Amino acid sequence: MSVDVEAIEPVGTMTTPIRLEYEIQAGTAMALFLAGLAEGKIRGQRCPVCKEVYVPPRGSCPKDGVPTEEEVEVSDEGVIETFCIVNIPFYGQVLQIPYVCASVRLDGADLSFQWLVEEVKPEDVHQGMRVKAVWADELKPSMESVRYFKPVEARGSVA
Amino acid sequence: MRDVAIVGFAQIPSVSKDPRNEVEMIMPVLHEAVQQSGLPRNEIGFTVSGSCDFLIGQPFSFVGGLDAVGAWPPIRESHVEMDAAWALYEAWVKIQTGEVDSALVYGFGKSSPGDLPRVLALQLDPYVVAPLWPDSISLAALQARAYLEASGRTERDLAEVAVRSRNDAAGNPNAQVTEPADVEDLLATPPIASPLRRHDCPPSSDGAAAAVLAAGDLARRVSDQPVWIRGIDHRIEPHQLGSRDLTRSVSTAQAARNAGAHQGGTDVAELHAPFTHQELILRDAIGLNGDTPINPSGGALTANPMMAAGLIRIGEAARAIWEGRARRAVAHATSGPCLQQNLVCVLEGAA
Repeated sequence: MSVDVEAIEPVGTMTTPIRLEYEIQAGTAMALFLAGLAEGKIRGQRCPVCKEVYVPPRGSCPKDGVPTEEEVEVSDEGVIETFCIVNIPFYGQVLQIPYVCASVRLDGADLSFQWLVEEVKPEDVHQGMRVKAVWADELKPSMESVRYFKPVEARGSVA
Repeated sequence: MRDVAIVGFAQIPSVSKDPRNEVEMIMPVLHEAVQQSGLPRNEIGFTVSGSCDFLIGQPFSFVGGLDAVGAWPPIRESHVEMDAAWALYEAWVKIQTGEVDSALVYGFGKSSPGDLPRVLALQLDPYVVAPLWPDSISLAALQARAYLEASGRTERDLAEVAVRSRNDAAGNPNAQVTEPADVEDLLATPPIASPLRRHDCPPSSDGAAAAVLAAGDLARRVSDQPVWIRGIDHRIEPHQLGSRDLTRSVSTAQAARNAGAHQGGTDVAELHAPFTHQELILRDAIGLNGDTPINPSGGALTANPMMAAGLIRIGEAARAIWEGRARRAVAHATSGPCLQQNLVCVLEGAA
C-alpha cells in the first residue's frame, strides 16, 4: 500500500518529557561553606600561591590549579560591585518586582557573588554601597540562611 | 607522523560514591600525572578533557572542571563530551599538527548523583528511542542475547569473564569490585536483565584519570621510559541500533586494523568492556588469541568511572609496559550504547 507523502500533515512539534533526579554531593569545599551558613558564618578558602580568598570556595584556585585547604571566615558585610534591578515578571517568580540582585564582595573575600539587596529603594542602590547580611531566624546549610543584604550607610558616601 | 609517547598517567581509586566534588577529584590525578611526566606544568602546550554534564546534571560542569587545572595565564584548552580516551586522541592529533609538543589529558565522571542507566538513555535518538527510556543495561542485554544466539557461547562463558576480572581486580588498588567469585555461585544468581546477571554488568563508579603526552625528543628528554603510541584510530557505527549487527564490532575491527594492532605480538590487552559479553565481542573483533592476558587491571567490570574508564584502559596498558609486564600492548575504549564507537591504541616500550 503506497502512502501519499504529500498528503501527510507536517509534524511541527513533539513532546517528550524528560525527568532525571539527582542527589548531589556538595564536595568538601562547598560542605564547609554550607555548614558555615548553618552557624551564621560565611566561610571561604585561601589559595596558598596567590593568597586570594574564594567565597564560596570550590576547593581549588582556578588560577593556580592547587588545592585551597586553608579555611577563612569572612565578614558578612561587603560592598556592591555591580547590580541589576529585576523588572521582568516570569513564571514561578517568588519575589515581588522590582527587586535588586547585586554582586557583593564581602570584606576579606577576593571574589564577589550574588545576593538580594532589600530595605532600600531600587533607585537608591549604587556601586560601592556597603551592605550587610540579614540572617534568617532559622539557620540551615543553605543560601536561605541569608535572607538578603541591606545598606549600612547613607547613599553616596562611597564613590 | 610524529612519534608521541605517554610520559605520565594517574588515576584515583574508583568508588561507588566519592564525597568530593569533581574539581577535588581531578586535582590529585593532574598533579600526579604532571609530576610523573617531568614536564613543568606551565610548559605543557595543550590541555583537553573528557566528561559529561548529564552525569551530575549540572550544566557546564566541564568548564567547572578547569578550576582544577590552573588556567592562568590563559591556556590552550579543549573538551570532548566523551570518554577521555577521545580527549587523548585529540591531544595526539594536536601534537601531530606540530602546533604543540605536549598535552595534558584528563577525564572525570561521577555517576553517583544520578540514575546512570536512565541518564544514558538520553544519548539515544531523541525522537523515537529515548522517549521509551531504554536503560543501558536492558540495551546491553539485547546485545548479549543476540550475541549468545549467534556465537553459541553461553552464560557460563560470560561468568568466566566476570570471575577472571574480579580475581585480577583483587590486585588493583584502584578497582572497586574485588570480591573473588566462583562461576557456579555466579550462575546461581538471578538475572537482572536476562541473559545478564549482576556480575555481567559494571558497577556505578565515581573516578578520574589523567595522562601526559609528549612528542619525540621531548619525551626522550623528560622520561626514562616513554611509552610510544604506535597507532591510534577510532570508528563509529550508526546511532540506530537496529541498523547495526550487535553481535560483532565492525568499528573495533576497523580501528584495530588502522592502528596496526596486528603488526606485532600483543603482550597485554586492556579492553573497555563494561559488560561481560562485550569483552568476547571485542576479543573476536581485534583477533586476540587465547594467550594474550586480557584486562589484568580487572577492567571496566570492576571499576567503571564514566568518561575515564576508556582512558584508564590506555593508562593500564602503559603501566603494564612501565612495570615490564609487556613490551607491546593494545588498549581499547568504547563510547555509546552497545559498543557504538570504538578506539584502539597500540603502545610500545623502548625497542
